[in-house]
Amino acid sequence: MGYKAEIKTKKELITGLSTIIGEKEKAKALLKVEDLSLSFIQYASGLRQTELKVISNLSLQAYKGEILAVVGSSGSGKSLLAHAILGILPSNAKLDGKIEYNGEELTQEKKEEMRGKEIALIPQAITYLDPLMKISDQVMGCVEKKDEGLMKKFQREIFQRYNLKPEVERMLPHELSGGMARRVLVSTAVISSSKLVIADEPTPGLDEKTLNETLSYFKDMADKGCAVILITHDIEAALKISHKIAVFYAGTILEIANVEDFKNNGENLRHPYTRALWNALPQNKFQAIKGHQPIQDEVIDGCIFYERCSKKKALCSQGIPQLKKINGGVVRCNNAS
Amino acid sequence: MLNNGKIAGFIGKKTLRLVSLLIVVCFASFMLIQSSPIDPVRAYIGEMPVTAEHKAKLEEYWGVNTPPQEKFLNWAGDIVKGDFGTSLIYRTPVIDVIKERFTASLVLMGVSWLFAGILGFVLGIVAGMKQGTWVDKAIKTYCYALAAAPTFWLALVLLMVFSVYLGWFPIGLSVPIGVTADNVTFFDWFKRLILPALTLSLLDVAKITMFTREKLIEVLSSDYVLFAKARGEKGLDLVLRHGIRNVALPAITLQFLGFSELFGGTVLVEQVFSYPGIGQAAVAAGLRSDVPLLLGIVIFSTLFVFFGNLIADIIYEFVDPRIRQQEASI
Ligand SMILES: Nc1ncnc2c1ncn2[C@@H]1O[C@H](COP(=O)(O)OP(=O)(O)OP(=O)(O)O)[C@@H](O)[C@H]1O
Ligand code: SF4
Ligand SMILES: [Mg+2]
Repeated sequence: MGYKAEIKTKKELITGLSTIIGEKEKAKALLKVEDLSLSFIQYASGLRQTELKVISNLSLQAYKGEILAVVGSSGSGKSLLAHAILGILPSNAKLDGKIEYNGEELTQEKKEEMRGKEIALIPQAITYLDPLMKISDQVMGCVEKKDEGLMKKFQREIFQRYNLKPEVERMLPHELSGGMARRVLVSTAVISSSKLVIADEPTPGLDEKTLNETLSYFKDMADKGCAVILITHDIEAALKISHKIAVFYAGTILEIANVEDFKNNGENLRHPYTRALWNALPQNKFQAIKGHQPIQDEVIDGCIFYERCSKKKALCSQGIPQLKKINGGVVRCNNAS
Repeated sequence: MLNNGKIAGFIGKKTLRLVSLLIVVCFASFMLIQSSPIDPVRAYIGEMPVTAEHKAKLEEYWGVNTPPQEKFLNWAGDIVKGDFGTSLIYRTPVIDVIKERFTASLVLMGVSWLFAGILGFVLGIVAGMKQGTWVDKAIKTYCYALAAAPTFWLALVLLMVFSVYLGWFPIGLSVPIGVTADNVTFFDWFKRLILPALTLSLLDVAKITMFTREKLIEVLSSDYVLFAKARGEKGLDLVLRHGIRNVALPAITLQFLGFSELFGGTVLVEQVFSYPGIGQAAVAAGLRSDVPLLLGIVIFSTLFVFFGNLIADIIYEFVDPRIRQQEASI
């Protein structure tokens, strides 16, 4: 019964009768992550137990109809952030902080209930598809017999829209080309009626044309009322379609800026690292930042960017800087104004 | 869709392998028997009274005085023509003995193979699903205990418990005393099959269970199961949808690769339970110097094991779609 209603909304989304989002609802975050920390319990030599901190004090919000890009370098914990929201972390992971969805706290049980229905993940690689299952069965997911016909129809519609030929339905994952694989992975999210879509690194290895095409799918989703979190290390791709950019660094978010802030010399950007990132782009000053991200087991008391910062003050090494709201964005820096 | 060239290449390669394997096996076993103190003439004569003249004739027939290489070629030539000679102890053509005995053994091996495969797979899936719980631990303990137990010891224990103490099954002798072989009912025969089949399969169960368990745990920690969970799949449905699919093929392949161990186990088990199969015939032939029968059995058991491996290879090369594709894209 509830399923029918769900399918109906899906139908609306697909046929483009986009839901009109009231300004009031838009102001309320669909997903709210507050002070999230994630560590792994590890047993180093013998019985000595160590905790490896991968994400610390991370806060972000995702809004309906908006794309939030989470930009960070490789190995900084971006995938783990996605997995934490979906509740699919490995058993040795320890999660602290608060995650709210639609104003309700997301507990593990809640996550299990929501995933695949309200929240969808677009995984990072083709290895996330069952190597021995036909593509159409995977895209449709686990459906009850009675809904099979309807789901099949959806799947065909989506494939047509994404320019996936009917023979793709019967293929196995290893038979897909890179671009096809991306579209198939995106289809898995579209077919669910999810309102929150988390895309993990959907763009690497794509040529210019396929890249723009893939990006346009996310734009579509946002236009139809979804909240999209786009995880990537490609800031240029993120700037093309996102509304907001969260700068992810060593397991935390240093700044969330509006896309309009990225212009000129980056004087509107709030954090020294964001500015440095912006200036490192080839079309800008092409200036690399010195140093490297702290390693995970380094214990840092204070600003995580301290070592590399050119504006640091004595205060910066004592305690983590507070999160400040400035000019429509947020930042964690003592020097920002 | 399969590439014909690949099939032809595969068949050619395997045929060559089989022929060379048979030549080596025949030659090696012939040489072994040749250099052992077996006297076929004595074996044939047994307790019969014979004249010296008769004996000389027999010696000529068995080629006692012909040089070994000539003997080997004569014998090999006959084999190629399909003539395996006459069994010394059964006094019938070797091929007839092998036919009868092999059929009995195939039934025994087939039953235990299927039973072990199915039970082992189910146990492995359960243990893998419940990894770390007491169910898993119980299954693992059972497997380790069985894997450590020698076949003949296990056979003796079963024989003592079920046949001697409980008296549920007959001790040895495939045909009840006083009943001719033709009058054996299906039930009689079935009763005689149970204990040997059980012994044979119990050991196999341990192997296939552990393998299935490991494989399932590997699959359950894969990216694609993680993604399936992220899409709301869970519990038994998830294991049935992704686990079985990805574990079945390797497990079946392993079962076919186990043909050689299965055969080895049969020889021992048939001995303990006096089951009239090929293994028992092999032991009898060895002990009583029945050279033609022994060589015939060696050839047929080689074929048996070869075909087990062949089927495993076919699954690996042609049935697994991933491998099928890789080949095509090279
Ligand atoms: N189960 C685990 N136990 C311990 N450490 C882990 C575990 N899983 C991941 N990590 C660590 O967490 C770090 C972050 O991993 P994650 O996959 O989230 O990075 P990422 O930002 O997505 O990188 P990429 O751009 O390569 O996808 C990795 O460097 C890895 O060492
Ligand atoms: S808090 Fe201090 S050290 Fe950190 S980025 Fe700001 S100025 Fe630099
Ligand atoms: Mg990642």
